[in-house]
Amino acid sequence: MLNFSKINIIIIYFIFFIVSIFSFLNFQNKNNLILDKKVNLGLDLQGGSYLLLEINSDSLVEEKIQSKVIPIKKLLKENNIKFNNFKINNTSLNFTVDDLDKFELVFFSKKDNLVNPYIDNYRSHELDFRRLSDNFIEVNFSKFGLLTINNAALKQSIEIVRRRIDDVGTKEPTILQRGEKRILVELPGLKDPERIKKLLGKTAQLNFRLVNDNSEFGTDELISETGEKLKISKRIVMSGDNLVDAQPSIQNQQNEPTVSFTLDRLGAQKFGRATTDNVGKRLAIVLDGKVISAPNINEPITSGNGVISGNFSFQEATDLSLLLRSGALPTPLDVVEERTVGPDLGEDSIKSGITSLIVGFILVILFMFYKYKIFGLIANTALIANLLMLVGVLTILEATLTLPGIAGIILTVGMAVDANVLIFERIKEELKTEKSIIHAFDTGYSKAKITVLDANITTLIAAIILFAFGSGPVKGFAITLGIGIITTLFTAYFLARHLTSIIVLRTKNKEIRI
Amino acid sequence: MIRNINFVSKFKKANFISIIIFVLSIILISFKGLNYGIDFKGGTLIELRTETSIDTSLIRESLRTMNLGDVNVKKFGKKGDYLIKVEQKNSNNSSLIPEIKKTLSDYLNTEVDFRRVENVGPKVSSELLQSSVIAITLALAAMLFYIWVRFEWQFSVGSIIALFHDVTITLGIFSLLSLEINLSIIAAVLTIVGYSMNDTVVIYDRIRENLLKYNKISISDIANLSINETLARTIITSITTLLALFSIYILGGEILRGFSFAMILGVIIGTYSSIFVASPILKFFKVSYKTLEKEEEKIVP
Repeated sequence: MLNFSKINIIIIYFIFFIVSIFSFLNFQNKNNLILDKKVNLGLDLQGGSYLLLEINSDSLVEEKIQSKVIPIKKLLKENNIKFNNFKINNTSLNFTVDDLDKFELVFFSKKDNLVNPYIDNYRSHELDFRRLSDNFIEVNFSKFGLLTINNAALKQSIEIVRRRIDDVGTKEPTILQRGEKRILVELPGLKDPERIKKLLGKTAQLNFRLVNDNSEFGTDELISETGEKLKISKRIVMSGDNLVDAQPSIQNQQNEPTVSFTLDRLGAQKFGRATTDNVGKRLAIVLDGKVISAPNINEPITSGNGVISGNFSFQEATDLSLLLRSGALPTPLDVVEERTVGPDLGEDSIKSGITSLIVGFILVILFMFYKYKIFGLIANTALIANLLMLVGVLTILEATLTLPGIAGIILTVGMAVDANVLIFERIKEELKTEKSIIHAFDTGYSKAKITVLDANITTLIAAIILFAFGSGPVKGFAITLGIGIITTLFTAYFLARHLTSIIVLRTKNKEIRI
Repeated sequence: MIRNINFVSKFKKANFISIIIFVLSIILISFKGLNYGIDFKGGTLIELRTETSIDTSLIRESLRTMNLGDVNVKKFGKKGDYLIKVEQKNSNNSSLIPEIKKTLSDYLNTEVDFRRVENVGPKVSSELLQSSVIAITLALAAMLFYIWVRFEWQFSVGSIIALFHDVTITLGIFSLLSLEINLSIIAAVLTIVGYSMNDTVVIYDRIRENLLKYNKISISDIANLSINETLARTIITSITTLLALFSIYILGGEILRGFSFAMILGVIIGTYSSIFVASPILKFFKVSYKTLEKEEEKIVP
């Protein structure tokens, strides 16, 4: 175990130097164009916000099932199936049919089924039904139908969340899908998460509806911005979908912040027609079920440009135009998890983390030197090399360093010497019975090898499981712990062993003490 | 540094103490329960800093007007730093945090800086708890499997009993002291599992080696010999690990305090259990060199 061929030595030190060089990249100030790699700081160290958003698709499912009412009735009529007791529940439809077999046949037909389309990916229909009693059935979305709805809503939401966050202009946001209903948002360096939360918390569904007492579509009673009760037609004259741009503006007369919008061609036509037909009436601008304002239509607006006023502050006008520009979310988003760290706490954490690392490191080094003298120096050299390599590997992987991650490095420092301690203690034992010192070292190393491997693999297993199940900061701990084990094995079994061999072979068989 | 301490003679007494502490821990965990943090219980946590030092009761009082339910306020590290924990009442109040901030700065008449805010909804917290339990179970199962592959089943069962012992007593002490269980404590528990296993494996490795070397000696004496032979290593590694951990505990800041405390407990209990729990169990299973031989015959037909 103490004989190293030249080529082995070259490979060992080559790997060591290459990997360690990467650790120094973290200390350069300017961006190096060739090797621009750095350990990323986790949100807990640099400050920032982590948000987990969940789409709330209940209302969307209700809306979707309602949109099935007319097609289903039409389908039944076309096929001469008599139906009765048609009832719309929250997420299902109930009715009786006279010919259940025939209903089943047309309901689940695979060809050109517009009412209940067949989803090829999932080999399932969008809708499903079950018999409640004889001919009384309940129609609702199948498992995969719901999945399709959620998926589409989630994809669209991610897009809109991205637009809103980009518009605010935070640096390097991370926006990812998590599971079937969630969006993970990481915003490093963010000082005020409340504004972003507010922006993401609004679906921003904008509707223009006429204020009308007797509408054939039915009315909603909403309260206007001035506290006035208004009966507003359910018919939507135009929705926010037709908006191509929105910007905050100032109305000159009163110096009032407003939002100017531009409509697409279709929107301009719709808006033009509606305002021409209804001059003198009031048009309510409704955002997420709340009236922003309900101005009088003084003259037809056919240019496709308009202005929304509503006693805004400038910030509110800016935010509203941002929301309108980015488009409406298909469903409301709930913040189900939030973790925000202020930048000064992050700095404090780095400071205390580094301090404890240095102190822990010095304590371990002193102890090892006290315990093993010259071989302690070897173990300590290996430990320093280990630390350099650990940071180097983290840099190569551009891993994220968190506060628990720093704890993982400190723990690695404490546990890394174990490999060398195991070996040295084994050599001590061998020295008692073995005459030849070189031989004692040799068998010491080879006998301890299995134990060192076994012992480290158990910790590695724990680290891997932590990585798989842990979230955020804990993952950072698992990464440093796991990589630490690998660099520990490398430094103990190659670097330290080589250094030991130099000393042992040079002293020949003279007195040697561990 | 090889000494000759008669560990076997102390096994009985140690096992007796272990069982009592183990049972007490289970009683504590099941009756007093664990003090789950917001990660597992849901709720809001705010770490705040004020310019002047304020009595915690004043903060508590100012929040009472908001009708937030169970509110816990305590000092946190330096002067002027506090930790507020609010039990979640209605999970979907997106403006809760600015409201709390406003209430505090109005009532206390001072600049209030929110240094850290964590908000975990009830759904996420129950998922986190579930995945933590799965992670610990999986870690134990993986260790069981690894030792079973590398050694024989008696060793594997012995090491798992030692791990159960360590994890239960660590959690028992957390219950006794009402210390908070959060995600980083789970990370600590998993690391303890790895560390304790590491310690046990080193002794088991030596026991296996000695069983093959001296096949006339009883398992008790083999265990005693092996523990003594590896004792220096066991102690030195524990010391270096504890040096690192105490450095985190004292200097690493408030956030890492619970984590490093759990680790310190775990390292001490884990070292103890490798010697006084994992080793005597082998005698209970009547392990001898024949156990190893049988296995070898199976592997090499």
